Amino acid sequence: MRIGVYVCHCGGNISEVVNIDEVLNSLKNEHDVAFVKDHEHLCSKEGQEIIFNDIQEYKLDKITIAACSPQFQGPTFKTLMERAGLSPYLMEMANIREQSAWVHYDDHKKATDKAKELTKMAIAKVRYNEPLSKYSIDIGKRTLIIGAGIAGIQAALDLADSGIKVYLVEKDPSIGGHMAQLSRTFPTEDCSACILSPKMADVPENPNIELLTYGEIKDVSGYLGNFHITVNRKPTYVDAEKCTACGDCADVCPVELLNEYDGNLATRKAIYLPTKIAVPHSYVLDTEHCLGLNPLACGKCQEVCKADAINYDLYEEEIEFDVDTIIVATGFELFDAKEKPEYGFGKFKNVIDGMQMERIIVSSAEGNPLKDIGKKIAYIQCIGSRDKQIGRPYCSRICCMYAIKQANLLKKGMPDRDIYIFYIDIRAFGKGFEEYYNTAQENGVKFIRGKVAELMENPDTGKIIVKAEDTLNRQMIETEFDTVVLSVGIGPSKTTENISNMLKLARSSDGFLQEAHPKFKPVDTLVPGIFLAGTIQGPKDIPDTVSQASGSAARAIRLMNQGEYFFDPLLAFVDEEKCDGCGLCVDHCPYNAISMAGKTAEVNTAFCSGCGSCISYCPKDALDLHLYTNKQLLEQIKEAVINKGDEPRVLVFADDMTAYRLADNVGNAKGIYSPYSRIIKVPSSCRVTPKLLLQAFHYGADSVLILGTETKSSPYPHCQEEIERSVKIVHNILKENEISDKRLFNTTIVTVMIKKFSGIINTYTDLAKTLGPIPLEKREKLLKDLGKKIFGGSHE
Amino acid sequence: MSKMIDLSKEADEFLKKIEELSGEKITSCIQCGICSGSCPMINEMDLTPAQIMLMTLLGQKEELLKSKSIWICASCYTCTVRCPRELDLSKVAEALRQVKLRLSIDRIDINKMDKADLEELPPIALVSAFRKFTG
Ligand SMILES: Cc1cc2nc3c(=O)[nH]c(=O)nc-3n(C[C@H](O)[C@H](O)[C@H](O)COP(=O)(O)OP(=O)(O)OC[C@H]3O[C@@H](n4cnc5c(N)ncnc54)[C@H](O)[C@@H]3O)c2cc1C
Ligand code: SF4
Ligand code: SF4
Ligand code: SF4
Ligand code: SF4
Repeated sequence: MRIGVYVCHCGGNISEVVNIDEVLNSLKNEHDVAFVKDHEHLCSKEGQEIIFNDIQEYKLDKITIAACSPQFQGPTFKTLMERAGLSPYLMEMANIREQSAWVHYDDHKKATDKAKELTKMAIAKVRYNEPLSKYSIDIGKRTLIIGAGIAGIQAALDLADSGIKVYLVEKDPSIGGHMAQLSRTFPTEDCSACILSPKMADVPENPNIELLTYGEIKDVSGYLGNFHITVNRKPTYVDAEKCTACGDCADVCPVELLNEYDGNLATRKAIYLPTKIAVPHSYVLDTEHCLGLNPLACGKCQEVCKADAINYDLYEEEIEFDVDTIIVATGFELFDAKEKPEYGFGKFKNVIDGMQMERIIVSSAEGNPLKDIGKKIAYIQCIGSRDKQIGRPYCSRICCMYAIKQANLLKKGMPDRDIYIFYIDIRAFGKGFEEYYNTAQENGVKFIRGKVAELMENPDTGKIIVKAEDTLNRQMIETEFDTVVLSVGIGPSKTTENISNMLKLARSSDGFLQEAHPKFKPVDTLVPGIFLAGTIQGPKDIPDTVSQASGSAARAIRLMNQGEYFFDPLLAFVDEEKCDGCGLCVDHCPYNAISMAGKTAEVNTAFCSGCGSCISYCPKDALDLHLYTNKQLLEQIKEAVINKGDEPRVLVFADDMTAYRLADNVGNAKGIYSPYSRIIKVPSSCRVTPKLLLQAFHYGADSVLILGTETKSSPYPHCQEEIERSVKIVHNILKENEISDKRLFNTTIVTVMIKKFSGIINTYTDLAKTLGPIPLEKREKLLKDLGKKIFGGSHE
Repeated sequence: MSKMIDLSKEADEFLKKIEELSGEKITSCIQCGICSGSCPMINEMDLTPAQIMLMTLLGQKEELLKSKSIWICASCYTCTVRCPRELDLSKVAEALRQVKLRLSIDRIDINKMDKADLEELPPIALVSAFRKFTG
């Protein structure tokens, strides 16, 4: 076998910490290694050409690249392998950047030692790599978009215009989202409804869009190319085709309630038009507040409807369809300022929030103001943002600009208004924003640095007393205002929890949905075929929302236009020579992928998800998983622990979806942790079998960690249960052999827990140091009668 | 604790007055402080130039008119050529001096002066003193 080994400097990222020459020297005499080379940037065109030519010239069979994370440049090198005529699966990467140079920069020697060992582990694995090929599934051109705010609308139009069939599901009776409520938009001050309504109107006109308003996603199953969707659609009781929006029904409706659309500053009836620019443009009946349909209690609206549009005999319907890709555009929720009682929102009538001010500005422009706001107005910034007290440490990114916009509009409407904006920092980051901020200053809006601490109401006048510090000059301010506007921030929409669990999407620590990569995959998710658009991914303004929506549409189109999608052959397989036909595995595949074919078990690759949990159940080692075979994992384990000398060794099995990526994030954040740890990537934590765990201890691991994904966001929901079972078996065997069971630990994490990751690794290194190595006699015994220990007497 | 600032109508009127007299848009100041850092007279000042801008925005008339800084400003324009918002602070200082001068507070009362002093002082010095210490 001829393995070419390449070590990358990564333009100093690696070579400034790791001694590359030492690494090269340590690898030269490794068995099967044809030669070792280094390069400044292996991923560059020049670097790739060197590898390409070497493969041809030296007839290399396999490649090992010690560089960055395979998560990062893995795809580049796989493509290179294919170009050079080799299977992309004959290449392994040693992650010496994220797992060594970036996390052990405090100790160059240890970092170099670890880099050597990581590379040897990769070589040990690649020896057993097989020339597999990718496998593919067909994908069609159908997309589900969840949420029809400006993000969902933009994505729907882009997709539909490109010939994709779009199902647009909106939970409210009208599309448009929050943008339909806004007055004008910063920094250009275009009228929001005027620029939005033509786009809204295009949606039902487009033959490629099926609009499902008042709909709720009930269930999603399947995967890219074959998602099966169930939507529950509530009836509005008004036939949108017939309704002329004359409003006669609302006139006679006896039920009056606060109108959410106007920030609860106005009222509506139980039958109402959601907004002036509603699409579908029809009245809707709100059953929650209607006096009663079943049995009918009032019925006045139906009596007066000349168009005969109202029908009470309608019921919720369930709609099912299949799509190939999904875009999540469920948007944001305004912060409820009642959570900050010191500002008296909801109690003092002259304290309002930013959205209410939007509605007041619109209504005043229409000559019918919803509220008298007086002349002296204060804005308080960062309400419900940048505040750890309420678990919202992030900046909402829009409230500085909307406050500035509103102040400008209010000044324009009445120049002698005295407007103050109390801020912590003014964040005017976008195109034209700083200039717009300056315009507000030129218009006489006064900016005072300091967050208002509390508000009081003057009981006689209803005016609001503001108390704050001018933090630039360190003096206290106390003044009465006619109106105080709370510039509330935004959070992910309330339905996010449900949607993220249903689609198995990860959430970042701020609660918004997480993108696959913060720089290079900002609209992809970790689930193939599911994309994000708009404020559900994080706070953003309309221009950013629209760009992201178009971006997600383009990413979905790119995928669907290929007609097929290639997967890694991450599939279970049966070694027919070893399988004795016991059938124990059959019941243990949650996807029913295993069946008996004659005398041996057989894996149905169409159903196998590659979790690997079945392998623990095979007493004959006949079941195995491509890309992560028992042999490959064992060889990595051995290489990681056998040469540890006097050092402690913490072996970490990190699952691909979360733990391995978290380790990369820790590297990106330059978080330091113990250099005595060695990470082995597995597709899921339940791929790790009791036997592998015992082998790890047998060969010299002092402690072993298994880090996996939380059940609710895991693609393999059964996985934690399975690995817990395996861990229990191993704990018992360790105890029987008088080895502390603390040495083996299994837990779940999320990809943002950077400090926790380092904490766990350090804790288990300390533990390994305290407990000392496991004596050789005990280790020797661990693998004796293994079959009996793991499987009991049941399998003979 | 110093006294509370009230963002009153009078405060706003004072700001408007200074803006009118100086021709400068005081509310445009972003409190970057480059003016103070550039000022050659800063060691002699009790309020920094940036403080003057902020206090004018807040309408702190009394403190401003009491301040030495407005008299110490040498109108050298160093701040003016560096201000990112292109504000001219020397004009603001001049406007504040104007307001102070217009209060017509006489610090030298000739009737209360010592006769001997009066005889000794050259008339030109007296005239300058009347001018300078008025207000
Ligand atoms: C007071 C205020 C003023 C603003 N002013 C400006 C401005 O001047 N300029 C500017 O650029 N930006 C402004 N913004 C920001 C702007 O509103 C947002 O950038 C934009 O509306 C985000 O659009 P979206 O589609 O991501 O979310 P949303 O508008 O929230 O749309 C999400 C849609 O998804 C639907 N939905 C949610 N969950 C589900 C579900 N489970 N199933 C089906 N449908 C669902 C919702 O009903 C909604 O229709 C302002 C924001 C506020 C709060
Ligand atoms: S439902 Fe009938 S009455 Fe009501 S607005 Fe529509 S057409 Fe008019
Ligand atoms: S945009 Fe401005 S107001 Fe909003 S959270 Fe950020 S800094 Fe605070
Ligand atoms: S790997 Fe998972 S999905 Fe595949 S056969 Fe085994 S248990 Fe079933
Ligand atoms: S340099 Fe200009 S903007 Fe900066 S503090 Fe001075 S006056 Fe204000």
